[in-house]
Amino acid sequence: MPLLLPFAELEVGKHLYWQLGNLKIHGQVFLSSWVVIGALLALVVVGTRKLERDPRGTQNLLEFVWDYIRDLSREQIGEKAYRDWMPFIGTLFLFIFVSNWGGALVPWKLIHLPSGELGAPTADINTTIALALLVSLAYFYAGLSRKGLRYFEYYVEPTPIMLPFKIVEDFTKPLSLSFRLFGNILADELVVAVLAFLVPLIVPLPAMFLGLFTSAIQALIFATLAAYYIGEAVHEEHH
Amino acid sequence: MTSWLLLAEAGVPEGGLFDLDATLPLMAVQVVLLTFILNSLFFRPVGRAVEERESFISISRADAKQKLAQAERLEADLREQLKEARQQSQRLILEAEQEMDRLYREALAIATADANASREQARREIDSQRDQAMASLNKYADKLGDLIVTRLLAAS
Repeated sequence: MPLLLPFAELEVGKHLYWQLGNLKIHGQVFLSSWVVIGALLALVVVGTRKLERDPRGTQNLLEFVWDYIRDLSREQIGEKAYRDWMPFIGTLFLFIFVSNWGGALVPWKLIHLPSGELGAPTADINTTIALALLVSLAYFYAGLSRKGLRYFEYYVEPTPIMLPFKIVEDFTKPLSLSFRLFGNILADELVVAVLAFLVPLIVPLPAMFLGLFTSAIQALIFATLAAYYIGEAVHEEHH
Repeated sequence: MTSWLLLAEAGVPEGGLFDLDATLPLMAVQVVLLTFILNSLFFRPVGRAVEERESFISISRADAKQKLAQAERLEADLREQLKEARQQSQRLILEAEQEMDRLYREALAIATADANASREQARREIDSQRDQAMASLNKYADKLGDLIVTRLLAAS
């Protein structure tokens, strides 16, 4: 990548490889994802330790988040099926949101790795494709378990002409989901890193705030689209 | 897809932006596990708490509505009683006034009759005494006339 050579410190596309049998995995992604998961679990454990009828402190925050996720999934999936899928949608939202914000807010650079650098787990294409494929599996499973083979009627509705487009959609959905998230988060990290490299003071701040905004929006978009796809799969056509 | 993505990275022996490997399935497994853990630690308990509160609120609200209706009924009832009591007291006052009026009139009539009777009696007494006095005066006058006549006749 000759274009990025002047910014050698950015270390784009370098990974900390761990060998697992004969499989290679990206260690830095797992390290930061464990931090993210740990933070999430800590918050959840602290907030649900003593659930009261009059919520206070962390319980309030968790209930707000819960309510937000419920509204999101109920709106997209529909009253009948949203309960089954709310944990999945919520986990996607929380994981992506905390990953993105963690990538932007935690000073990862202070921790020095032998190769690559820590950052948002969602800035790695593996993570986003994994999440997007889970969404694909989820909506297939949702449709098939709710409607059986009648699920495939969806491909010829409203007319059989739609069949090839709907099949192509099954491939473009995970592709667009994963690349949108990956591209946004990586680009944000790059912009901030490049600005911080060129002008280390003040100038990167607006980009960082914008980055926080995009990070939240991307989490919301991913969760909303996942819920929408599941809702589309379980939707009963009324003739 | 993998080969195409790796083609985009041709020339980079290892690594790169689009380096797909075992990270992908492991991350998927990790996220699925996280889903189950969050479901049992977060979504279910918080959902239960929220729904319990919602049902508590709706029950209390129904209860309060019932109580309010009861209070309104009681209020109307009391208002009715109050109105009745007021009317009754009005009636009692009216009756008492009438009674008082009647008693006053009766007493007045009796007193007037008494007064008339005693005045009548007094007049009758005065009349009879005057008659007596007149009669005795007449007798004296007659006697005196006789005496004068006798004396005059005797003198002449």
